[in-house]
Amino acid sequence: MTAAIEVRAVEKRFGNVSVIRDLNLSVAKGERHAIIGPNGAGKSTTFNLISGHIRPSSGEVRLNGAVISGLRPFEINRRGLSRSFQVTNVFSRMTVWENVRCAVLWATGHRYAFWKNVDSLPEVRERTAEILDDIHLTHRRDVPAGLLTYAEQRELEIGVTIASGATVVMLDEPTAGMSNAETERAVALIRRLTEGRTLVIVEHDMSVVFGLADRISVLVYGHIIASGTPEEIRRDPKVREAYLGEEAH
Amino acid sequence: MTAAATPASPLSAKPAGSHLRFYALWLLGIAVLIILPLLFSSGGSLTSFSLIGIAIVFALSYNILLGQTGLLSFGHAVHYGLGGFAASHMMNAVVAHGWPLPLPFIPLFGGLGGLAFAILLGWVMTKRAGTVFAMISLGIGELVASSSLILRSVFGGEAGITTDRTTLPRMFGWTFGPQLQVYYLIAFWLVLSAIAMYALTRTPLGRISNAVRDNPERVQFIGYDPHVVRYLAYCFAGFFAGVAGGLAAISFEIANSAYLGAIQSGLVLFSTFIGGTAYFFGPILGAILVTYLQLGLTSLTSVWQLYFGIIFIGIVMFSPGGIAGLLMMHRPLILAGTFGMMIPSYLLAIVPTAALACGVILTIETVARYSGGDAINLFGVAFNPQSPVTWAVAAVLVVGGFFIARSTWQRIAEAWDRAATVARDRGYLA
Ligand SMILES: Nc1ncnc2c1ncn2[C@@H]1O[C@H](COP(=O)(O)OP(=O)(O)OP(=O)(O)O)[C@@H](O)[C@H]1O
Ligand SMILES: [Mg+2]
Repeated sequence: MTAAIEVRAVEKRFGNVSVIRDLNLSVAKGERHAIIGPNGAGKSTTFNLISGHIRPSSGEVRLNGAVISGLRPFEINRRGLSRSFQVTNVFSRMTVWENVRCAVLWATGHRYAFWKNVDSLPEVRERTAEILDDIHLTHRRDVPAGLLTYAEQRELEIGVTIASGATVVMLDEPTAGMSNAETERAVALIRRLTEGRTLVIVEHDMSVVFGLADRISVLVYGHIIASGTPEEIRRDPKVREAYLGEEAH
Repeated sequence: MTAAATPASPLSAKPAGSHLRFYALWLLGIAVLIILPLLFSSGGSLTSFSLIGIAIVFALSYNILLGQTGLLSFGHAVHYGLGGFAASHMMNAVVAHGWPLPLPFIPLFGGLGGLAFAILLGWVMTKRAGTVFAMISLGIGELVASSSLILRSVFGGEAGITTDRTTLPRMFGWTFGPQLQVYYLIAFWLVLSAIAMYALTRTPLGRISNAVRDNPERVQFIGYDPHVVRYLAYCFAGFFAGVAGGLAAISFEIANSAYLGAIQSGLVLFSTFIGGTAYFFGPILGAILVTYLQLGLTSLTSVWQLYFGIIFIGIVMFSPGGIAGLLMMHRPLILAGTFGMMIPSYLLAIVPTAALACGVILTIETVARYSGGDAINLFGVAFNPQSPVTWAVAAVLVVGGFFIARSTWQRIAEAWDRAATVARDRGYLA
């Protein structure tokens, strides 16, 4: 079976600094894959490379077997890959409802239509309402996104990401800055919403990672030093040394 | 009650009255347009209303760019002007060839003229937003305005292209000679265009334009190419600007290079911004106010542009949401029933603020008229610009007015805090 995401020998240089070096990563369809690594390891850069935000200096990225490196973000998104951002990145002057609805429009086939009333598209309305319900923001539907609390904005970020129904979902530190209770709720939400989809998640909270992921990749200095099941990662001596080292003592 | 009448979710249904109120508002607007010439029937006011109607269509078209898509254009008059020329050529062609096309259809060709240019150049122009777009629009504006003087066969040089609207085939027996008939023609196209442009904001494209305005980067990650969105918005703006230009060509029976130039482009930016870009009706208010001021001030003072500048700076600094933003700020207070708390502080501020304004006007006029020595007529009171008495009055009004006015403005701010706190407690403010 072809992998959902296949990263082969990807290299990314900013000027003459190599941020990503010989990156190889394979995520199977339906898998929940966590990427962990210290700050500045290149996790967000990896997301940017896969989602088309930036282009690899060399190497290639495949989505469901087809090469996507070099395509633009919206082209990649239309092929069924959706990502969230580490720093909330939504439409701040628009309401919660409008934010989610915009993310539903392309996938429901309405595209650039200027001959349809957006309020009278039943499938769009139902799907938007469903997602708002999922992310627990129905009671805040008419509030501009810029006025939400931090945790609410993070939930909206997830909602906008999954709204299109993409088969591959990438979440960059979705629970960063949340309280324990909020994190727990967000993880339950992520688990439920990515049922039957492929998930790639960057996460610093090890209990979240080991509880959620089927497989884990450890990224250090732009290179994946280990990739495997949570059990394998826990036992891997390189990982213990490079990353989990302090916790192991 | 049948099951079908029950909305799927109580929250997805708007309060029952809001739809009615919405249509009532539009009908009221249409009724005003119909009745206006019956109340003010002088030739002068009919001309003013006609100009205001054209300015509203133009400003609404500009807001498709500025308010809805976040594109700041310094060359929007290009589409207005080309629409005017297209309409004029069409009118002359209709007469020359004896085509059975009555005048009321001509603005459509103005729109097509504006649209054609947008289709041709828009793709390159909208590749980038922000400063790049603003600069390109400025350049294109200058380019077209200057070539309009060179390409005589198309633009008629200095003289422009003249037309005679009464020579076109008639419709309902109207000659469109009298200004009243022209007014109704403009009002008709105003209603049509306003409905169309409002409807546009309610389409998938309209909503995605807002998303592109807020965050063009993220739009790419929900499947949209912001370049295509900007291009389509640009084409719509070009079309409706062309309609406005066509209406102007009909109203003035001439199209010339002044239609295309930087002054027109500046004026529409000014109207839209003053009115407020965040609400659909903002540019309508702006166009009414600016056209009215323009018509009124030019006969009162030679430095009317200075007043425009002051108003513009004042709005940018103190009310970036424009007049519409200022009005809509009060909405939650009115809904929460706390607007009454604001009234005393507003009343208190009127007199000192008006005194300050009079002082500023007197100062400006004194400076402007000092060497000429013509008398200043300030709301019926005569002042001699060379007299020290005038200078003293101006100084007292400015300095005294400012200090008293400032303390009343502080009271407004305090009253606002109190009213807003209560409104927040009652759940009408986020
Ligand atoms: N556009 C850029 N230009 C230059 N350097 C960059 C750029 N983007 C990222 N970097 C560098 O690449 C490295 C990896 O950054 P990245 O944001 O991918 O790390 P990360 O693993 O996501 O870290 P964190 O856990 O803090 O989010 C950092 O050293 C960063 O400074
Ligand atoms: Mg990061």
